Amino acid sequence: MKIVVCVKQVPDTAAKVVVENGQVTWGDAPLVINPWDEYAVETALLQEEEHGGEVTVISVGGEDAKEALKHALAMGCGNAILVSDPSLKNADSLVTSQVLAAAIQKIGDVDVVFFGKQAIDGDVGVTAAQTARVLGWPSLTLVSEITELDPGSKTISVERSVEEGRQVVSGQLPAVVSVVKDIGEPRYPSFMGIRKASRAEIPMWSIAEVGVEVSEPVVEWPDLFNPPKQEVVTEIVSGGSPQETAETLAEKIIEEKVL
Amino acid sequence: MDFTLTDEHRMVQYMVREFAQREVAPIIKEYDRKQDMAPFILPRMAELGILGISLPVRYGGQGMDYIALGLACEELEAVDSTLRVIMSVHFGLNSMALLQWGTEAQKEKFLAPQARGEKIACLGLTESGAGSDVAAIASTAKKDGEKYILNGEKMWISLATKGDHALIVARTNPDAPDPHDGLSAFILEMDRDGVTTGDIHGKLGVRAGSTGWIAFQDVEIPLENRLGEEGEGFKIAMSCLDNGRYTVAAGATGLIRASMEASIKYAHERQAFGREIGKFQLVQQKIAHMVQSYESARLLYLRAGWMKNEGMRNTRETSLAKWFATDASFEAASEAIQIHGAYGYSDEYEVERYLRNAKGGVIYEGTSEIHQLMQAGYALEYREDVPLRCELPAYDAESWQIEK
Amino acid sequence: MADKVWVYIDQFDGEAIPSSWELFGAASKLANEMGGGVTAVVAGADVQQVAELAVHYGADQVYVCNDETLKEFRAEPYASVLSGLASEQQPEVILFPTTSRGRELAAMVAVDLKTGVLPDVTNLEIQDGKVLATRPVYGGKLISKVVCNAQPQLITLRGRAFSPPAADSTKTGQVDPVAASVAEDEIKTKVSGYTESQKGVSLNDAAVIVSGGRGVSNNPSLEPPAGLDESEVEIWRAQEGFKLVGELASVLNAAVGASRAAVDAGYILYEHQVGQTGKVVSPDLYIACGISGAIQHQAGMRTSKVIVAINKDPEAPIFKMARFGVVGDLFEILPPLTESLKARLNS
Repeated sequence: MKIVVCVKQVPDTAAKVVVENGQVTWGDAPLVINPWDEYAVETALLQEEEHGGEVTVISVGGEDAKEALKHALAMGCGNAILVSDPSLKNADSLVTSQVLAAAIQKIGDVDVVFFGKQAIDGDVGVTAAQTARVLGWPSLTLVSEITELDPGSKTISVERSVEEGRQVVSGQLPAVVSVVKDIGEPRYPSFMGIRKASRAEIPMWSIAEVGVEVSEPVVEWPDLFNPPKQEVVTEIVSGGSPQETAETLAEKIIEEKVL
Repeated sequence: MDFTLTDEHRMVQYMVREFAQREVAPIIKEYDRKQDMAPFILPRMAELGILGISLPVRYGGQGMDYIALGLACEELEAVDSTLRVIMSVHFGLNSMALLQWGTEAQKEKFLAPQARGEKIACLGLTESGAGSDVAAIASTAKKDGEKYILNGEKMWISLATKGDHALIVARTNPDAPDPHDGLSAFILEMDRDGVTTGDIHGKLGVRAGSTGWIAFQDVEIPLENRLGEEGEGFKIAMSCLDNGRYTVAAGATGLIRASMEASIKYAHERQAFGREIGKFQLVQQKIAHMVQSYESARLLYLRAGWMKNEGMRNTRETSLAKWFATDASFEAASEAIQIHGAYGYSDEYEVERYLRNAKGGVIYEGTSEIHQLMQAGYALEYREDVPLRCELPAYDAESWQIEK
Repeated sequence: MADKVWVYIDQFDGEAIPSSWELFGAASKLANEMGGGVTAVVAGADVQQVAELAVHYGADQVYVCNDETLKEFRAEPYASVLSGLASEQQPEVILFPTTSRGRELAAMVAVDLKTGVLPDVTNLEIQDGKVLATRPVYGGKLISKVVCNAQPQLITLRGRAFSPPAADSTKTGQVDPVAASVAEDEIKTKVSGYTESQKGVSLNDAAVIVSGGRGVSNNPSLEPPAGLDESEVEIWRAQEGFKLVGELASVLNAAVGASRAAVDAGYILYEHQVGQTGKVVSPDLYIACGISGAIQHQAGMRTSKVIVAINKDPEAPIFKMARFGVVGDLFEILPPLTESLKARLNS
């Protein structure tokens, strides 16, 4: 079975992200693989262990996106590809999904593509569905469990985590799947994987090599700023007994008129 | 000179950190209170390959270099000293000694399962009457045809009750003119008849670890279990310490870091006199010292690791790194408590555990006093290292990856 | 002439998702500036009454697509209906609610019409004839202003960021049926139902959220049933703790949230997680019980109007963002708080 995982490089979730002179900075916090994407890699590796085949991890981005790819290799993915092109500097999600779809086509005979739910930098969360749409493949987003995947009959059944509960969906392969946390804790990189990853030469594909004509990016970010500091004056509520404290707190909550 | 870590090193660091922070940090307080090692720790470290990190792949190891070992120890002790103690004992004191001194057959039989974490290993050197004074060892190994008969008792042995293999230093020649030359080293399978073990409770620190005693009464061990030649026991023990101390130095560096990070966090959170306490110069001074200690300790252990990689003798450098880092870790933990005030004194916060754990490091694997004597000895040229019959193999990126 | 401003009404099982109505206030403001009225689109198997309700909320025209293939939400056939209508009628803006369906639909329509998606928007303004959207990024650590230079501009609005207008049953509008464009045998997925339906109020729509953290398992006075191992005891204690959280939530008609630590420890399902890798919520009242308030958690709830923190640790970062804090044991505070609020709300 041929599996592709799409990953992105982002600043660590614990990083203090601020805007300085119009540029986003995160101090010396490390760039890491998007945490959601680790779940996607884990899912891909579990499927590979069960059905055989190979897992290729792709990222669209600059040279620094190789870190995310290396992390995925160290977790156990077989191959990595970086699609990098100066023309992609301002790529929006539509452009990104067109590029990913073309790269997936170029890899060829792919059965299933895994994404994380969203990237924690832009928080856009549409790339999986868009890539599916470009490819014309079923889009199974927000998947919390793969109940069945049969490369022979080309079918997949999943549970999707939506507002109303777990939606049970089945579909045909090839398909695009985005996963949420419940899919299973991602493994750590193994030492063997680390050795392999640190020595890996990651092939870079340009737009021309991928062979795709992408749209002009249409989404622009004219302004980016730090949220206004909320001045919260904390009032510590206390009383002689828990009962008394609770009464006072209840009164204060009612006074805020939010109930 | 290149001070950057390689991709490989950074990934090792990340991986070990994730394990320690995600799996051990949330439960460590509970096990420290219970004075017990969490049961999942050893199997999990085995499964992740940490127990065989810097050994050639053909001996069941992960083929990483000695710097990776140091980085792993730093990450482990940043969460709890007991995790690093496992590495010091199982890996530094025992497995590295087998790599250095063992025959191919011994490496195959004992080292490979240790590297895979199937067997846990420890070192039985110290006795109730023989600590810094190794030559005072009273345990005996009498040769009797094709075997040795072992009698005696070892004290303060980490992993005594968890170990499957112990490296035991015992007296084979009571008549040697220099008592150091009368010692030999043996690989003891702990399931042999006559071996008993027990845990010691009531320790100040490393409470979530396992420290105990091993007693042997007429324990028979075959000749092929002797490590090195007869009479090489002291030299082997000292080379064990070169390796164990390296892991202690790297770990203590992690303990300094943990104290520093906890202090910085608290200095931002805690308000006094209308501002965060980080704004006060006396708090700043303490934090500045922690930064200084951390960076210096790190450079010292990384140099020792680099020398190991290159196959250079590093007794002096490792001793310096261990002495500096453990003393500094005790100081840093103590100042971290001071910054935390009364909260630091209670186990609501982590720093009181850091202090209790740090004290062990300035005692085991050569007290700070021993290291001062060593450093002075080198400086005054009273002391010099003579080449060993078996040196620790240098790291070789290619041959260490070859599978059997 | 067709309206420039459209709204997509998300529905489940034939009932509109409440946050869909929030779109109408924003839509009519845009329509005032851009000219024309507001057109709504709703699709499903039996959604005629939703279409009529949309008129009451301010739709001048409603396209309604009733088709068996649209009984369960599947993004592909839904997207084809909406893309078909939009490419014919050329609206300038389509607003969606930020639900799982709204987001996925907007994503696919953007591909069909070669345009951009601006998800999870918290404010809209018009600048140089274009819609300028405000949206938080980096888990709310930064705010960005974004524009989409193609049409239609597809914008999903964050739940509770915009107020819904009052429904007015005297309003009239035109309801036009449209046909589905994809036949069942061309659709590559099948929905066979739901395994566990979420009980209680959904986090996205909740005006009040009561959340529990790792602290909910920390009640040593509880005597666990015999025969449980250590980790089972911890989970059991946590569930007892979440019962208290749940009781307060039910009195306040609130949703139950949780910190990542509580979800990771297996205390509660992931669906309840609030934070950077969970749900981002913005209720009027957020009560954090036994949550220390890691930066990742803050990212998910910092825009709540009033935050109340109950925690044993006086230094917990959550207190810095809380309007009211109680330094104390949640097991002692929650039961009387629940009783007291119940009494006050009933009086």
